[in-house]
Amino acid sequence: MISTLGHFVLFLALGMSLYAAAAAIYGARAGREDWLGSSRNAVLVNLCLVTLAMFLLEYALIASDFSIRYVANNSTRGSLTRYKIAGLWGSLEGSILLWAWLQSLFSALVVARYTDRHRAVMPYVQAVLQGICAFFLLVMTFAANPFAPAFPVPPDGRGLNPLLEVTDMLVHPLLLYLGYVGFSVPFAFAMAALITGRLSEEWLKNTRRWTIVAWLFLTGGIFYGGWWSYRTLGWGGYWAWDPVENASFMPWLTATAFIHSVMIQERKRMLKVWNLVLITLTFSLVIFGTFLTRSGILGSVHAFAEGPVGMIFLGFLALVLLFSLGLIAYRSDRLKGHGELDSVVSRESAFLLNNVILIGICFTVFLGTIFPLLTEAIRGTKISVGMPYFNRVSVPLGMALLLLMGIGPLIAWGRASLNNLRRNFLKPTVVAAAGAALLWALGVRQAEALLAFFCCFFVIGTIVLEFWTSTRARAAATGEGFLQAFAALLLRTRRRYGGLIVHLGVVIAIIGIAVSSVYKVEHEVTLKPKERLEIGPYTVQFNDLQAGERPTHILVWANLTVLKGNTALTELHPGQRFYPNQQTPFASVDARYHWSEDLYAILSTFERDGSSATIKVMINPMMAWIWIGGGVILLGVLVAVLPERRLAMLTVRAKTQPA
Amino acid sequence: MIRRMGRWASARRATWWLTLGVAFVPWWGAAHVYGATNFDLEDRVREIASELRCVVCQNLSVADSPSDLAKEMRNLVRELVRQGKSREEISAYFVSRYGEYVLLSPPKRGFNLLVWGLPFLAIAVGGGAVYLVARRWTEQAPAHRPAIDPAYADRVQRELKDREQQ
Amino acid sequence: MTWKKLLIPLASVPIILLLAYGFRTDPKAIPSPLVQKSAPDFRLKAFDGGEVSLADLKGKPLVLNFWASWCYPACYEEAPLLEATWKRHKDQGLMMVGVDIQDTEANAREFLQRFGFTFPNAPDPGSKVSIDYGVYGVPETYFIDRQGRIAYKHVGALTPALLEAQVQSLLKGK
Repeated sequence: MISTLGHFVLFLALGMSLYAAAAAIYGARAGREDWLGSSRNAVLVNLCLVTLAMFLLEYALIASDFSIRYVANNSTRGSLTRYKIAGLWGSLEGSILLWAWLQSLFSALVVARYTDRHRAVMPYVQAVLQGICAFFLLVMTFAANPFAPAFPVPPDGRGLNPLLEVTDMLVHPLLLYLGYVGFSVPFAFAMAALITGRLSEEWLKNTRRWTIVAWLFLTGGIFYGGWWSYRTLGWGGYWAWDPVENASFMPWLTATAFIHSVMIQERKRMLKVWNLVLITLTFSLVIFGTFLTRSGILGSVHAFAEGPVGMIFLGFLALVLLFSLGLIAYRSDRLKGHGELDSVVSRESAFLLNNVILIGICFTVFLGTIFPLLTEAIRGTKISVGMPYFNRVSVPLGMALLLLMGIGPLIAWGRASLNNLRRNFLKPTVVAAAGAALLWALGVRQAEALLAFFCCFFVIGTIVLEFWTSTRARAAATGEGFLQAFAALLLRTRRRYGGLIVHLGVVIAIIGIAVSSVYKVEHEVTLKPKERLEIGPYTVQFNDLQAGERPTHILVWANLTVLKGNTALTELHPGQRFYPNQQTPFASVDARYHWSEDLYAILSTFERDGSSATIKVMINPMMAWIWIGGGVILLGVLVAVLPERRLAMLTVRAKTQPA
Repeated sequence: MIRRMGRWASARRATWWLTLGVAFVPWWGAAHVYGATNFDLEDRVREIASELRCVVCQNLSVADSPSDLAKEMRNLVRELVRQGKSREEISAYFVSRYGEYVLLSPPKRGFNLLVWGLPFLAIAVGGGAVYLVARRWTEQAPAHRPAIDPAYADRVQRELKDREQQ
Repeated sequence: MTWKKLLIPLASVPIILLLAYGFRTDPKAIPSPLVQKSAPDFRLKAFDGGEVSLADLKGKPLVLNFWASWCYPACYEEAPLLEATWKRHKDQGLMMVGVDIQDTEANAREFLQRFGFTFPNAPDPGSKVSIDYGVYGVPETYFIDRQGRIAYKHVGALTPALLEAQVQSLLKGK
């Protein structure tokens, strides 16, 4: 019953979204307000219908209704309730339903919020957003029906992939999807601006906050994915340059470029075409990402499934690219900006260089990801383009970007004078050189590490200096105390200082990445019970091997005692999980996570009688700083997007307090 | 006027040095990363194993993979290193059995030079385009401007900046 | 709109075409460099105690099949096929050897018993043979002709038509 009802609801929702799009366009062109009103109602009805479909599928999952094939494939009777809920996005059909729901929710929010303010463009914004929603509903209605029935009804479900039955599954996909769907909003506004010819900077202002929040979610999703990978997958790393990982990284790069270059367009009304291209690229890369995940043309850990769905996504990608690029070409005459610069050396140039490097990295990742396919098409052989390639090519580019992050904010808009440069860069350069020298004295000898640290210290130096001088100037001018001046500074010019905090977060994460990869120590030793291995300042003793039954699997683990010097520090229990219907066991790593370094243990192989076990232990110094850096980025974005009214109240309160 | 142009010229020269520095320094660092050779056996094994694809995994190297076959391949690499084989010989050993696919990054020859070279070419082209665009914008600026005393201009900039922060 | 402007959207077409090409390729089918070359020698101790080696089988066509008990469902699908083909052609001089990789002895013997293999099967300690043959996964089958050259490598479960055709071609060859 749920099966037919659910499918029918999706079909209705598809019709509703198509109507909402068409009625909006007709209403706008014919000037008929009643059609526009009707189309807006359709948006709401669409949201209700898709929400209903979500509820139906969730109900079926929680009630373990295995007459629906999707439920049988993604949950078991014995799963915990939260994993039954998460089973909704466990594989292809349900993940599309989640996407469609978020898309329909966002379009309803946009319509509700902006209709009064931007009457001229809103119908087209609505049409684009509903069009995208209609696409996902179309896929579900005709090719990947989450409500497809199961014949015969199995007694119990197959369950989620065991790797996914963790709380992380409740967070990571949602963060990513919020980011992906979020980018459709600025894209829709950009398309509406192109269609209506209203090409002033309105569309930027409307969507600035959406873009930044979507960027925040995508950043959060990527960091969280890395963190999940690190704690769970059992190889000690967090990023493997897997095609689907790359597919989430590419829109992030273009979105970052977009966020920076719109600042130029806002101030100087330049780069209009470029910004439209950037947001088009961002959204297209989002669709490219879902295409890669669902088409199976590139092998990946994350790949969902193969079948006709891939072709449909490719068709949609082609449609999006041709339509948006075509529109940009059509309007390109009216998009010529009047750029004026006093000097080639200016913040505008720094931002442009930032764009070049970010797009360059994006291009590299894209090239590396599709190069095996290209090689097969042209040479007929299969090759791999994996981690060593991506690391080798992106490290120099990343360092250049890092340096630019320090230089950019300090160069003045329009032009930079020599005095300007000298005053702003001297102190951070000195700080950076001193820091590098100190590290050299402490024993750091690798050139690339010293270099990375120099750049990092430089950027931190510029940020700290900026905060310091501005706070001091404000305190001197208004007579406030230092802390008050600092808070007021943050809250008043939150965009600039929020941005600087984000940069700080990025630098912290880069320090974590650099140190943990350069100074990683790894030992893999086969041990008999009571034998020890030394790694760094730690001694790890293998006590014994144990096995036990768990509700869904058999767990085999090694009991390890970790000593530092002669004192017992902690116990680690790395193991392997054997699931009945999985071909190979899943690693269950154990580690001591610490802000200074992580001690990470993996059980590789073992003798069944427990007479020996091969343990791989690694020390990952400053790994936690990557995740801390992510947190600082989050903080910075919050500072940057906090709503104005609340801030004004806070500053008033600050002012009325005695200095 | 001439003094003002002199200031611009030195700013521009400073920028050139800065840009070259920004471009050169990462290159030099990256070259150092991959030029170093390791003489410790385990380090050497890990170095070579990290360039080989774990054939039963998705996108992991033989050095990183926790699977059994990867462990056996690591043992094989260790034996080959003990026999004194070079990195090229060990790569060739695996390529002759598994094909080019087993190398985790494409060897730098022939068609593969595209994937190694295009990124840097793209950056160079992009950088050049930025320079040309910036120069065009500079030329589009009105040519006739009263000469401003640079010290005064700096002071104005500073005060504007302070005001911006309030 | 001038033709130059059309270039902007048309620039995306080559990429779409390349991605569409991707549907015709199978990311799992990796071409082997050993095809048309001499098969690497191997010497293994079979589950039933005897010894199998390539050198002993010289002059006879050989079907070399790599399998594992955890390889579900593909190995389970092709196992009865292999046994049937063996029974049908063993009197014509065909040889068949199965190599069990990355497995435990107990599970392997259970697999053998389940399908009643009467041709020699051996485990591969240290995975030496599977590395020598460039085995990426299971099942993979190598068809080796009378001169000891690998005529063809098949990745994935065998189909009756393909298996029969390859065996016939091996038997007909010199």
